[in-house]
Amino acid sequence: MGLDQPKRTGTESVVSSISPNWVTTRLDFLINWGRSNSLWPMPFGTACCAIEFMATAASRYDLARFGMERMSFSPRQADVLLCAGRLPFKLASVIRRIYDQMPQPKWVISMGACASTGGIFDNYAMVQGIDTVIPVDVYVPGCPPRPEGLLYGILMLQKKVRGETLADSSLRDEDELNRQGLRLPPSLVDELSEPFGNSIHQTRSG
Amino acid sequence: MNPTVQALRNKFQGAIGRGAVSCGDTIVYVKAASLSEVMAFLKEWPDQEYNYLVDITAVEYRDPERPLEMVYELFSLGRRAQLRVKVELDKSEELVVDSLVPLWNGANWLEREVFDMFGVRFAGHPDLRRILMWETYAEGHPLRKDFPLRGRFSRAEQVRQALNANPEAHYSMEEISIAEAYHEIPAEMRERLARGERGKLAEPENS
Amino acid sequence: MGTKRTIELEVATSGVDAQGKATRVPLGVADQTGVGILTDREEPALGGDHMLVNIGPQHPATHGVLRLVVELDGEVVVRVIPHIGYLHSGFEKLGEYRYYNQIVPLTDRMDYLAPMSNNVCLALAVEKLMGIEITERCKVLRVIACELSRIISHLVWLGTTSIDLGAFTPFLWCFQERERVYNLQEMWTGARLTTSLTRVGGLMADIPDGFTEGVREFCATLPKTMDETDRLLTRSGIWCARMQDIGILTAEEAINYSLSGPMLRASGVPYDVRKDRPYLDYETYDFEVPIGEKGDVYDRYLCRFEEMRQSVRILEQALDRLPDGPINVDDSRVSLPPKSEAMNDMEAMIFHFKQVMEGIETPVGEAYMPIEGPKGELGYYFVSDGTAKPVRFRVRPPAFINLAALPKMAEGHLLSDLIAINASVDIVMGEVDR
Repeated sequence: MGLDQPKRTGTESVVSSISPNWVTTRLDFLINWGRSNSLWPMPFGTACCAIEFMATAASRYDLARFGMERMSFSPRQADVLLCAGRLPFKLASVIRRIYDQMPQPKWVISMGACASTGGIFDNYAMVQGIDTVIPVDVYVPGCPPRPEGLLYGILMLQKKVRGETLADSSLRDEDELNRQGLRLPPSLVDELSEPFGNSIHQTRSG
Repeated sequence: MNPTVQALRNKFQGAIGRGAVSCGDTIVYVKAASLSEVMAFLKEWPDQEYNYLVDITAVEYRDPERPLEMVYELFSLGRRAQLRVKVELDKSEELVVDSLVPLWNGANWLEREVFDMFGVRFAGHPDLRRILMWETYAEGHPLRKDFPLRGRFSRAEQVRQALNANPEAHYSMEEISIAEAYHEIPAEMRERLARGERGKLAEPENS
Repeated sequence: MGTKRTIELEVATSGVDAQGKATRVPLGVADQTGVGILTDREEPALGGDHMLVNIGPQHPATHGVLRLVVELDGEVVVRVIPHIGYLHSGFEKLGEYRYYNQIVPLTDRMDYLAPMSNNVCLALAVEKLMGIEITERCKVLRVIACELSRIISHLVWLGTTSIDLGAFTPFLWCFQERERVYNLQEMWTGARLTTSLTRVGGLMADIPDGFTEGVREFCATLPKTMDETDRLLTRSGIWCARMQDIGILTAEEAINYSLSGPMLRASGVPYDVRKDRPYLDYETYDFEVPIGEKGDVYDRYLCRFEEMRQSVRILEQALDRLPDGPINVDDSRVSLPPKSEAMNDMEAMIFHFKQVMEGIETPVGEAYMPIEGPKGELGYYFVSDGTAKPVRFRVRPPAFINLAALPKMAEGHLLSDLIAINASVDIVMGEVDR
């Protein structure tokens, strides 16, 4: 995952008690091949990146080559939550709920600068990166990323999926909110969201 | 200057403040108490016919001495004439002005946005609640000059407030009572509503 | 409201009550003939309650993060209450903290379907505030930018409306045409979508070689695609049935709701900012503005479709008259001097430094500049106190104001009509929420 998190002990499964061997690697290969080549995206498209996502899905760049043309607007049937666009605070609980509704295995692609870090919107209304709300697997920079950029990010995700193993059950642990209702400690959220570069003053004196 | 300004002065005398021209646009200042009358006159009087409400917004200046101004941009479709009406609101008093929804339905959402961003109340508005921020937004009114760009709370607190509002906070009170739904919502939700805790977050447990 | 009916059971032998309906006998008494039980029993009414359905904010057919809370009586919409603000990004607040040229990238992200028209409107507004007269070449290039933006915005509208109503093919055709314009935009500005084309007093760059040929080629191929789509949709039985007589707004209502753009013109009101409050020499171009009759969804479709054809007409005229000359106004306080001068001439370097580090100072005043954007009357209102950052940056958002009329249009229609009406408003949430 993108940020360091303390390892949580998930449900003990039979497979995790078996050390990796030839059978499990063959099984992993088969399952990961199936998963990576048919990642059904849940397009959580909010802003301009959603338009570039639509262009990537259209005939010029074509997501169908990667098995991703079947958009799943119901999170229950989706594999990848593709957050394309900026995420204001009003939408934060929505994306959290949608992420929670997705069944395992699930991954998240954060498309664009605004979804990854808040982008040019370092203000009262914008979540400074969706990873403060949901765990992210691949960050695709750009404003908006070119379709080729998004495709590269998808290929990175496919590579990540192919590198997974059934033996590691913690990969499929649900991300939980702590008792304060956050998924990261508050100091980490503040540290990640510190202002960078942009002027936050209206006049020279403040 | 648009001849409307003189016509307004003839009809309303003291309620009309100064007139000005800025970059080719005519501006006229009107006292808050007479706003509805002046607007009705501008909309309906045969020579004026400013039947199209272009925009409603507010301006707060960086100089704290200057009052907050409500800005109404009007346009006459027939005569192709433009007029900007401004109302000055003293910041030391309550920010209230008449609502123009009885005259133009387009004013509904525009006034809600001014309320959300500036905190100006509109007397007579049918449904004055926040529109861009969520209804129980606690940080204040964002476009005021004393509201910092990044908000008043820390980022972690903003995320916490965003993620942990209780479910009834996402619906207006009108919607909660649609279809007699109020009687069917869970008891704890109904109790929270009765106590007025619609937007209240659960207190964070000490970690 | 549920109606509660009371059933009275009468003593009867025929098994049928006075209205001829079979009497109901409680269990346990059925075997006794001739004796019924007189009782009042409440029976729950079937199909009497209204439903509350939440559409969105994440939904394929809401054109972005729009949430509609719908009160339904079966399939009929009794009330719809839109919730917006799910994409509120604080543009207006941000604008107060940026120099005027730094606001240009912000405008791309508001109406991201037609970014160049937003860029142009911003530049025009600041130029109005400062009283700057731009060059002839710049004017014609901005007209080209605006009309290309209008076309690509309407193409998205057409594609997504088709998808909403179930026709998938026009979506792909429209996006293919958009790719052609994206190539042109990328050729000119370097970016496909977030163009940041204009600067105060001019443009970011002049058009490269091959641009005019590209636009001419686009003007030649677009009508063919539009004819194909026209053959597919305009007289299709399903299309007409789903669009005609749906979501009607009369002219008076449309004016009262402050609608603008094709929403207003479809209701029969002939207000187009290009004709009524001309800018960029639009009064010298020869084009028509389609006006509808009924104000239903079908009229809006026809208006936007015809507007695309008229935009092609304007583009061809603009290309024919494109003059040579500089694109930036010759005022060193506003336009960056050419790099060769800035590197060699002290004065030019100082001007460059001041503009980049301190921004462009505007005189005290305010200006409201409306243009005819693809969604409607897009206006930028700047209030300046003499510094390089505006005191107030206000965008008059056509999509926000058009969307406010949705509850009025959708009342009494079916749920699927609500989707068609929502599509006809042509909203872009970046502009609605800013």
